[in-house]
Amino acid sequence: MTSEELINHIIERFPEAGLECLVDKGQAAANVPVEQLEEFLKVMKDTPEFGFDLFMDITAVDWLERKPRFDVVYHLYSTEHNHRLRIKVGVKEDQQVPSSALLWMVANPMEREVWDMYGIKFTGHPNLKRILLYEEFKGFPLRKDYPYNKQQPLLEDTWPVRDSQERMDERGIHRP
Amino acid sequence: MRWQIKEKPPYQNALDRVLGWGRKYSIFMYPFVTACCGMEYMSVATAHYDIDRFGAGLPRFSPRQADVLMMVGTLNHKLSPVLLRIWEQMAEPKWCISFGACASVGGPYDNYAVVQGIDRIVPVDIYLPGCPPRPETVIDGLMKLQDKIQNQKQELFWKSKNRDV
Repeated sequence: MTSEELINHIIERFPEAGLECLVDKGQAAANVPVEQLEEFLKVMKDTPEFGFDLFMDITAVDWLERKPRFDVVYHLYSTEHNHRLRIKVGVKEDQQVPSSALLWMVANPMEREVWDMYGIKFTGHPNLKRILLYEEFKGFPLRKDYPYNKQQPLLEDTWPVRDSQERMDERGIHRP
Repeated sequence: MRWQIKEKPPYQNALDRVLGWGRKYSIFMYPFVTACCGMEYMSVATAHYDIDRFGAGLPRFSPRQADVLMMVGTLNHKLSPVLLRIWEQMAEPKWCISFGACASVGGPYDNYAVVQGIDRIVPVDIYLPGCPPRPETVIDGLMKLQDKIQNQKQELFWKSKNRDV
């Protein structure tokens, strides 16, 4: 199924407003409201005509000053029909996204990573806690309002400062 | 020259040199490899460059049997307690080589995850620059470490290099 055919099928299946489908850069893309996301993903997986059996990726984009602030982006692939779909979901700060971990097993660690880096909560996720960072970490490092080089060391720095670093301080050079 | 302290008995000078000579040609390295610098370490360790010529050809993959910790690659904050524990497990005398730009100063990564130089965790004797270092750089650093071992004060009862002592 080409991208245009796929988009037409999706529009036929979801005729209601609020669902924006287009072919963007040669790939089928759909903007879905958060309220319809759970049903939409279930249909995408279970209907044989779509047959998206491979959950490729989930990630998020932080736009900081836009409302809603975040975009959660899904990438789906069908090994049977060889077509792809990109789904964008606008999410406000403190808004929760329905989890797809029960539809695709592989979504479980990926959603944990999105929670770890962006702080977006997924309702219905069986084990939503940090996966890459340590539990002591405060904040979410890939948000745009996190300082890019703010570090939270696990061990305190008790060794004496190197003389080269002292010289950098005298000259006012930024020292991480 | 630290071995010329006056309180030492006259035989200490010769003993230091003999002990240093023995220790510098029997380096057992513990390669703590986390990133792409490991490829360069492997190429140094194999036959083409062959650090066995310097008596350092046999890496021990247990910190208790090693006496040079070689931190090869990027160190994250999450991994730093592991590095400290490995360093504390090594028996004296022990030395540390920081291999590559990431281990020395954090390299290109100035972000939330990467430790800006492993000398915040363990004391480092030799810094090898480069991203990754050429094998010649590694051999040069190894020879400088041998010089350091040869010329340092060889204490028979070693003061601990661990941070809590």
